[in-house]
Amino acid sequence: MFGLNKKDTTLFIIVAAMTLLAPFILNPFPTDSALAQFNAGYPDLMQRFVIFGILAIGFNILFGLTGYLSFGHAAFLGVGSYSAVWMFKLLSMNIIPAIILSVIIAGLFALVIGYVSLRRSGIYFSILTLAFAQMSFNLAYSVLTPITNGETGLQITLDDPRVLGVSVAENGNPPVTNLFGLEMRETFTLDLGAWAFQFNIGFYVCALIMLAAFYVSVRIFRSPFGLMLRAVKSNQHRMNYTGLSTRPYTLAAFVISGMYAGLAGGLMASMDPLAGAERMQWTASGEIVLMTILGGAGTLLGPVLGAGFIKYFENIFSKINDNILHTWFAIMPDGLEDLLVTIVHPFVGKGWHLTLGLLFMLVVTFLPGGLVEGGQRIAKALSRKKKDEPKTPDASE
Amino acid sequence: MDAILLQILNGLDKGSAYALIALGLTLIFGTLGVVNFAHGALFMVGAFVAVTVQRLFNWSFETVDPTKTDFLGNPAKVKTPYVESWFGPEVGAAMIDWSVPLAILFAIPIMIVVGFVMERGLIKHFYKRPHADQILVTFGLAIVVQEIVKAYYGANPIPTPAPDVFKGSFDFGPLLGLDTSLAYPYWRLVYFGFSAAIIGAVFAFLQFTTFGLVVRAGMADRETVGLLGINIDKKFTIMFGIAAAVAGLAGVMYAPINSPNYHMGMDFLVLSFVVVVVGGMGSLPGAVLAGFMLGILESIASMNVIKELIPGIDQIIIYVVAILILLTRPRGLMGRKGVMED
Amino acid sequence: MGILEVKDVGKRFGGLQALGDVNLNVEENTVHAIIGPNGAGKSTLLNVLVGKLIPDSGSVLFDGQSVLGRTPHDINQMGISRVFQTPEIFGDLDVMENVMIPCFAKRDGAFALNGYGSVASHTDIREKAEQMLADVNMLEKRNMQASSLSRGDKRRLEMAMCLVQDPKLLLLDEPTAGMARADTNNTIDLLKEIKEKRDITMAIIEHDMHVVFSLAERITVLAQGTPLVEDTPENIKGHPKVQEAYLGQAHD
Repeated sequence: MFGLNKKDTTLFIIVAAMTLLAPFILNPFPTDSALAQFNAGYPDLMQRFVIFGILAIGFNILFGLTGYLSFGHAAFLGVGSYSAVWMFKLLSMNIIPAIILSVIIAGLFALVIGYVSLRRSGIYFSILTLAFAQMSFNLAYSVLTPITNGETGLQITLDDPRVLGVSVAENGNPPVTNLFGLEMRETFTLDLGAWAFQFNIGFYVCALIMLAAFYVSVRIFRSPFGLMLRAVKSNQHRMNYTGLSTRPYTLAAFVISGMYAGLAGGLMASMDPLAGAERMQWTASGEIVLMTILGGAGTLLGPVLGAGFIKYFENIFSKINDNILHTWFAIMPDGLEDLLVTIVHPFVGKGWHLTLGLLFMLVVTFLPGGLVEGGQRIAKALSRKKKDEPKTPDASE
Repeated sequence: MDAILLQILNGLDKGSAYALIALGLTLIFGTLGVVNFAHGALFMVGAFVAVTVQRLFNWSFETVDPTKTDFLGNPAKVKTPYVESWFGPEVGAAMIDWSVPLAILFAIPIMIVVGFVMERGLIKHFYKRPHADQILVTFGLAIVVQEIVKAYYGANPIPTPAPDVFKGSFDFGPLLGLDTSLAYPYWRLVYFGFSAAIIGAVFAFLQFTTFGLVVRAGMADRETVGLLGINIDKKFTIMFGIAAAVAGLAGVMYAPINSPNYHMGMDFLVLSFVVVVVGGMGSLPGAVLAGFMLGILESIASMNVIKELIPGIDQIIIYVVAILILLTRPRGLMGRKGVMED
Repeated sequence: MGILEVKDVGKRFGGLQALGDVNLNVEENTVHAIIGPNGAGKSTLLNVLVGKLIPDSGSVLFDGQSVLGRTPHDINQMGISRVFQTPEIFGDLDVMENVMIPCFAKRDGAFALNGYGSVASHTDIREKAEQMLADVNMLEKRNMQASSLSRGDKRRLEMAMCLVQDPKLLLLDEPTAGMARADTNNTIDLLKEIKEKRDITMAIIEHDMHVVFSLAERITVLAQGTPLVEDTPENIKGHPKVQEAYLGQAHD
């Protein structure tokens, strides 16, 4: 189906179903129950899932296929956000022109940065991309303030021209982002018994775009172009002596992946029309790397999983405070309860980054293939038990 | 002219910090072949050793002094630091005042142990893994160290003053025969001198001891040295400890210049990597040279005259230089062939 | 006129004259061996031919066109494929993919943004690669990861990757270096078979006299960067100059 083989079609359908049914899947607990805090079916959170999914899918095209580790990808995200907000300020609040512009501008940025950075490989490439991203970040904070609005961040205001729209909405506020009139913030709530499921227009727009982005990435992975990118990772020397020029391939991958990041940045601004320089900081780049690795670099599903995983736990973990911990461990004797709370405390709430760092170290050390590899290992172990005979590993996977 | 001189002086202390971190990074690159993204964290840990020592020395107990009363007429409570009661008020006060330099004595063993634990516990499992994995795992470690420090010390910068003697500035103006004054804080002079001493010590150590000879040989050709029956791994563990100590000492002494916060390591790390790359990966003199060069360039670029000429240049000068150097001299200023090249 | 003409090529590395006025003429459809003691300049010459090194002087014509100043991938596109001393393959990919990549390179050129159809949908490429694998008796290993192959199979795979491009000239850089006798003989047989099946010119750089005399139709002897003689194997065997410079030591 859609030019994909059977396995990829199944994968695509699963991802599509999971994404489109996210408002149900992420909202398993009744609204009033104690566990409701673990629900993640809120519009802004779900939007973040899919937007970071796009980001990680794009990063994976570069890192997963070619092995070039970019530490400056957040720059494209930031550039995409700024472009989109400018489009909202100047043209209209329709998200289509904004997204198109952010993809184009991010692509151009990636072309320039990639052209220079890809002259080197390995650690040098990582440092060069890092240097470019930090440069963009520093500039956005300082001299480029007329474009970026410095520390405050770029926002839409009431005196923006918006030549194809209105400067001020009827209610006196700045107009909201929309898709031909369909407002991004609009949410329908479906009350089913004790559950309240939220369906948000913005989320579904992002979700459909993510599915398209995922589909394109599957096509790239399976195409001769994708094969060449994997060849770059495997042996550049042989590639050259096989009549292939590696640089255009890596540059193409870099630009495509930059455009994905730009798309994500544009969508981020479309959901919430503001853009700040902190989106370009190198810790943000690190987060993109982290998602991809955690999920499984070089696999199709990995980046989506990684992005969802990190964003979900970021949300959940940072919400847990000592009171919640005490209710969890309430069945324990008092002394033990306090002890457990003290032990767990540093890892939750504001300590989420600590957990993330540890998790990251564990994954890189023991599970370089990320969650996807973990899943495969478990599946393999289970099937081995069933059949009681080791299967030969499938090389095509 | 004197403005430029002042900026060069200003660049020296930042340059010293870059040079010290870059030196440690290069030692680890060169000997172990590992790209250590957690090296900035070691610098930060060093700074927090200074913070901790200062806090420990200030640790006090309360006594009620019957001879004094507070403004309500109640007997006043007086805080006495333990060090003052143990070593006498004068020695104790001096210890508190000199806590940052004294922290060096604590930092050396602490950092060496931290270095050993890091190398034996984590890094050694990554010698044979791709550089990307090394970057990623040390990046994770850096986050962990950073977050632990944040959990204990909070997110705000903690002022850590230098001894009183070093407060104030030295005027270079008359010394250089200038009419204008050229004030330069004493502690920064101390920092520069200290860094120069450490750099000198590391070079002397590598140059004049047998241990250093083996390490240098190992940097040039690890396999051959291994074949000679020398236990190079053990030597390299020690080297890692030394690199950690150098970074830590750089941090201890930097604490009075910039109040330590948990992310100072990351800030310095990014720049130090750029420094290493500019200097030439695997070249110790290159790291030092590039450290000072970029520190000074950064200072000069922040002069108003230059900022008016090219707006924003002070923010990006280091990166611009790095990009230009990498593109024209791929191996950096003093890089050797075959280091970290695929 | 030969397919490969090397004229007065010279190359210095600092004070060392690696190549001095090398002249070489490889005729079409022959197996031409280049031999010589260590340091004779064989590898330097090879690197000049594939575009890795640019000589200080002289010219190299392939099929009437100069190769100097061209990049390795450009030279490959002209029709020169190279086999390395240690097989250079795509270790992370499977055998089939390894052979398909050169097919794509031959068909689509040095760069093609061919990102839409799947690899499997390019039937012409797939059939060609399968045919090639069958030719070198590796079809049943098509799904194996290349890095898990035995050394001999890696060599076969690399040959297949070169041959599938139908090169006009195949350069072999000590294809039997470090091999056991049995493997060496297998490689000789493989090369003979290839030569019988198709019109191809081969230039072999080789240390092992057994390989050279089993395969070569013409032999050039290099010594200290200059060609001593160029002749048929029979004549080379008895040539006093060659004996003196090279064979004398090798036959000890």
